[in-house]
Amino acid sequence: MKFFLIISDFIIPAVLLGIVVYGMKKKRPVYDDFVEGAKEGMKTVAGILPTLIGLMVGVGVLRASGFLDMLAQVTAGLSSKIAFPAELIPVVFVRMFSSSAATGLSLDIFDKYGPDSYIGLVTSIMMSCTETIFYTMSVYCIAAGIKKTRWTLPGALLCTFAGIAASVLIAGML
Amino acid sequence: MLNYIWAVLIIIGVIYGALTGHMADVTNGALDSAKDAVELCITMLGVMSLWTGLMEIATRSGIIEALTRRLLPVMHWLFPNVPDNHPAMSHISTNMIANFLGLGWAATPAGLMAMKSLSELNTEHPDSASDAMCAFLVINISSIQLIPVNIIAYRSQYGSANPAAIICPAIIATSISTVAGIIFCKLACARKKGLG
Repeated sequence: MKFFLIISDFIIPAVLLGIVVYGMKKKRPVYDDFVEGAKEGMKTVAGILPTLIGLMVGVGVLRASGFLDMLAQVTAGLSSKIAFPAELIPVVFVRMFSSSAATGLSLDIFDKYGPDSYIGLVTSIMMSCTETIFYTMSVYCIAAGIKKTRWTLPGALLCTFAGIAASVLIAGML
Repeated sequence: MLNYIWAVLIIIGVIYGALTGHMADVTNGALDSAKDAVELCITMLGVMSLWTGLMEIATRSGIIEALTRRLLPVMHWLFPNVPDNHPAMSHISTNMIANFLGLGWAATPAGLMAMKSLSELNTEHPDSASDAMCAFLVINISSIQLIPVNIIAYRSQYGSANPAAIICPAIIATSISTVAGIIFCKLACARKKGLG
């Protein structure tokens, strides 16, 4: 779908232009603000480096041991019935509990299959349209002193599966 | 949670590697992965700093506040039980806009404030989530993001020909999941009213 690609190509330049023009209109020192914010970005990345090393080593060990391949073979029968790539089942499962662990598995997929392969595309889209259900729910519910979450979990699961289904379908069209 | 996941990754990896005779691969896997993580962070330094820099301009010039005001009619429709001038409304809007723009650090505090303000309105059953809380959490989890900055950085690091190519597909997918979430919320609220 060439249309998707054209839109994708336009979004970052449009955001760039929009923000800079709006900032100028409000008479902000846009470049100074940019530099100030960019420092924050560097701190953020420096902050996640230890996490990334830990998780990528964890996933790297698991992959090198051959366990992930074995898991993919075991789940291949099931996943072929629902037209879902077996390699992505661990990502989907882990995604619900930990965003960074799911990132570790996704990077492993990018490394092995390439980010532009079908599996790489499904992973990219899926990681962009889902959230860490159990983590988010527990943090927010603890903050508000909630014990009974009522229909939050079914709703959250529905969203997540709708997102995953959409990722598989859209990646197939690209 | 992450402590268990990480421990399980390492334990299964090492034991399975020992049983299948892949110990040399496991050693290299661990060392190479640590190196890959550093290389990845170098790529991310550029992309993330570009994005947080732009977002700083957006925040300081008031784009976020302007968007929050524009969002009020939508908020009113999504959370009919919350009064328009209640602080929960502005916390929810700020959280949604921060998520939309990929500002995780701004989204979480606003989200926590939103939950606390909503619990002030939830006097009948304080330990049970109100409709507004359920709806807020479902929409939050459905993930609304304009540009998945991290994923683009990862794709770029692993040699994608066009790392940003997934922006539009991701917007469509995330819209589908959010619309599914909103429909679910509206049905769940309507059913409760129907039962009286």
